[in-house]
Amino acid sequence: MLRPLAVALAATFTTALIIGTPNYAQAAPDTQPARFTQDPYPSTYRVIASAPVLITGATVLTGTGTRLDDADVLMRDGRIVAIGTDLEAPADATRVDGSGKWVTPGLIDVHSHLGVYPSPGAKAHGDGNESTAPVTANVWAEHSVWPQDPGFLAAMAGGITSLQVLPGSANLIGGRGVTLKNVPATTYQGMKFPGAPWGLKMACGENPKRVYGEKGGPSTRMGNVAGYRAAFIDATEYLNKNGKESTPKKKRWWQSDEEKADSDADSGGKRDLKLDTLAGAIQGDIKVHIHCYRADEMATMLDLAKEFGFKVAAFHHGVEAYKLADRLAAEGVCGALWADWWGFKMEAFDGIQENIALVDRPQNGCAIVHSDSDEGIQRLNQEAAKVMAHAQQAGIAIPPERAIRWITQNPAKSMGILEQTGTLEAGKMADVVLWSGNPFSVYAHAEQVYVDGARVFDRGDRSRQPQSDFMLGQGVVPDSMGVAGGVR
Amino acid sequence: MSRFNTARHSREGGNPATLLARRISHQRHWVPAFAGMTVRGLVVSLLTAGALLSTNATAQDVLIRNATVHTATARGTLQNADVLVRDGRIAAVGSGLTAGNAQVIDAQGKPLTPALFGGISEIGLEEVSAEDATTDGTLALGLTDKDMVVRPEFDVTLAYNPESVLLPVARVEGIGFTLLGAIPAPGGSIIGGQGAVIRLDGSADPFGPKVLFVELGGNSAATLTGSSRAAQWMLLDQLIDEIRGRIPPASDLALLTPSGRSVLARYIGGGGRVVVGVHRAADIRQLLRWSQRHDVRIAIAGGSEAWKLAPQLAAAKVPVFVNPLANLPADFDQLGATMENAARLRAAGVEVGFTLGDSHNARKMRQLAGNAVANGLPWEDGLAGLTRVPAEAFGVGDRLGGIAPGKLADLVLWSGDPLEVNTVAQQVWLGGKAMPMRSRQTELRDRYLRSDATREGGGLPRAYPAAVR
Repeated sequence: MLRPLAVALAATFTTALIIGTPNYAQAAPDTQPARFTQDPYPSTYRVIASAPVLITGATVLTGTGTRLDDADVLMRDGRIVAIGTDLEAPADATRVDGSGKWVTPGLIDVHSHLGVYPSPGAKAHGDGNESTAPVTANVWAEHSVWPQDPGFLAAMAGGITSLQVLPGSANLIGGRGVTLKNVPATTYQGMKFPGAPWGLKMACGENPKRVYGEKGGPSTRMGNVAGYRAAFIDATEYLNKNGKESTPKKKRWWQSDEEKADSDADSGGKRDLKLDTLAGAIQGDIKVHIHCYRADEMATMLDLAKEFGFKVAAFHHGVEAYKLADRLAAEGVCGALWADWWGFKMEAFDGIQENIALVDRPQNGCAIVHSDSDEGIQRLNQEAAKVMAHAQQAGIAIPPERAIRWITQNPAKSMGILEQTGTLEAGKMADVVLWSGNPFSVYAHAEQVYVDGARVFDRGDRSRQPQSDFMLGQGVVPDSMGVAGGVR
Repeated sequence: MSRFNTARHSREGGNPATLLARRISHQRHWVPAFAGMTVRGLVVSLLTAGALLSTNATAQDVLIRNATVHTATARGTLQNADVLVRDGRIAAVGSGLTAGNAQVIDAQGKPLTPALFGGISEIGLEEVSAEDATTDGTLALGLTDKDMVVRPEFDVTLAYNPESVLLPVARVEGIGFTLLGAIPAPGGSIIGGQGAVIRLDGSADPFGPKVLFVELGGNSAATLTGSSRAAQWMLLDQLIDEIRGRIPPASDLALLTPSGRSVLARYIGGGGRVVVGVHRAADIRQLLRWSQRHDVRIAIAGGSEAWKLAPQLAAAKVPVFVNPLANLPADFDQLGATMENAARLRAAGVEVGFTLGDSHNARKMRQLAGNAVANGLPWEDGLAGLTRVPAEAFGVGDRLGGIAPGKLADLVLWSGDPLEVNTVAQQVWLGGKAMPMRSRQTELRDRYLRSDATREGGGLPRAYPAAVR
């Protein structure tokens, strides 16, 4: 990803010199100081021990665009070992009869606020927007995550094995998002996806200007863009000072006191959490995820990205993404979208039910079904099914093996975790869902969910239906979804 | 979150139209002061018949032949059945019916259902939820939630706009009628006002009798009654004192206008339907006592914990409109929320309907029913919750909500199982008229479905008619 970008930037640099306008992209140095992405809050995630599992005779959607009928999937030591027919199970393997059932990679939601806007929606739980300043690149969503949010487990029952928890969209630059493995844990560090890059949440349009319109601005879309530019100008300068390891100048005997090494110039001065994050984004180590509805605003953000030399991983909510699907595909930018939501505000007025299908259509199109909702995250498969049906009606036939990528491979790609998960391929994390049937049906249930080869949820086995601390003693026991109310 | 808006909205979305909901959103979120027989084949045959020329399509006698007819009546599902439509009404349901001069549609075995209920919504009352100037579903005469202004006479149907773009968007997905809601808001009271059933056929006036909306419980409703839900019963009893004359109209304590007194009186003592938004079991228990004491015909909207009182609700013949997707403890009134709510209520004999509270996405109603069925509700009851149950509960059951002789021919032909997410509506008839299967969204879709290749060569932008590009 970074290599082609660097080439493009070099070309831009030349142009910039000719026309004599400043170009901040030129400043991005090649060396990457680990400091921008150091993690003082490291993952403590531990794989749950599990015997090998062999699922046999299932319809397997690999997430790579392939469908295998009557196929087996073997998991061992937390990894996918093989997918094929007549696989031999190790002696100690648990065999799961997959006949009549479907197997997919674990589902991945690129846009969630579980934990930061948890259930119950108490006043004390509004931890998703640091709406005190329009640029809060310094905040990290993970520091707001409440691991006891019952929504995590409801999402698990819907087949979600990984998710990105993002700050809200009140701010131009809202802060860092975190990628979690969807396993029950007492701390968020216990869920933190080992080695996953952070996301940077930005927002276009109505939200920031509404939140800050009477709080010092921005109050307009032009104010929004000026705000992003100012922040990235600061980040570029910061990167110039901090991008390369520099040794402080030694003071020579002939130098006077006035010629003291300028610590600011040499070391970049005091560390700035805000600029660390933006510098990490420019360097491509933090994935940029932008809440942006309108096609024209997405185009502006693509130009902004070029101006400062960062890459947009995905536009989120883009209800108008279908209007510039070709450009998104050409630039390798994903569209993380809803199946059918529209009309709740002006910038959402042009929503259509074929949006995801049209973003998926061009060569290299990267369509993602996202939720942004504790309800929607429980059934990304149904959201995808609605898109398939409406695409079909519009003359675009999309087979299950293609659509499943919208909720597995493509989100993994946009989050920078595709090498570890998102598809069923030997060597990857054994994040797997066994469905009662074709998952693109309202009647399909995630019967078993595996994270790193461990059966973390089983619809038919109470002993594998985790419950949040919050729900204990509330007079309810899990229903068959393993989620909430039941007769004591 | 308003009980009428039973959807769990995302941070972004819309919980839109009500100030009340917006306030709650503010707490939770950032929001500040905020074609088988192909479709093509069907369309062609209808075009030939001249039935799809405009929204003013004229009623025509139609014989829909060879359908899987889900009647949503005691007759259940009829295989390979015919439905004869005459003068906008269903004339006969059976097999081997003769067409006479009626246009014949071959359904090729596809499912035919009554047109569906869109839930309690603000279709035609709001265009863009976050733009106050386009929303009319709430009344807020007072400045804050401390200014209680009780106006049961407030009637949202007077603001209904049959030309809203939301109508065709919902209609092409098989939605044929909805209950317009009057949603309580700060500056109003827990009594939101009145609404009524409207049909999405473009007619200007409500189709059903007036329905009164009341909201109870914690969170939003409690803020409207001095921060305690206990005061909700105090207020309701005080209002009954007023309409009974125990509080003179001139009293400083009087809250109602003369019109308000006469309107509210119509709902007390076996009168019109009162839809009560409420979730918590303890509140539902109090509601049952209160409604029995005053002989109020209630229906419950929301009811996340209604399953806990299923036998009592069945005995009191209270229909419950649930959102089966609301399975999380969204607040402390919904700790018992479960996807099995609908199934448990129905098993106890409760009439179960569905409501989402989302006007723009009312088409999602089918997904609610499908998920209820996936979680234990019998399929026929899933369909009933979208047809017969709401029609009967809101006073239009004699004309809507079923396929039977004498009822209006509000019908939908589906590509497959109507409760499935992978199914689409192929043709909608309202009052026997074939509705154009077009909306603002299909227009946008078709504009961008085409390649923009001509533009590369300097051709006209998409904004020009396709024919000249």
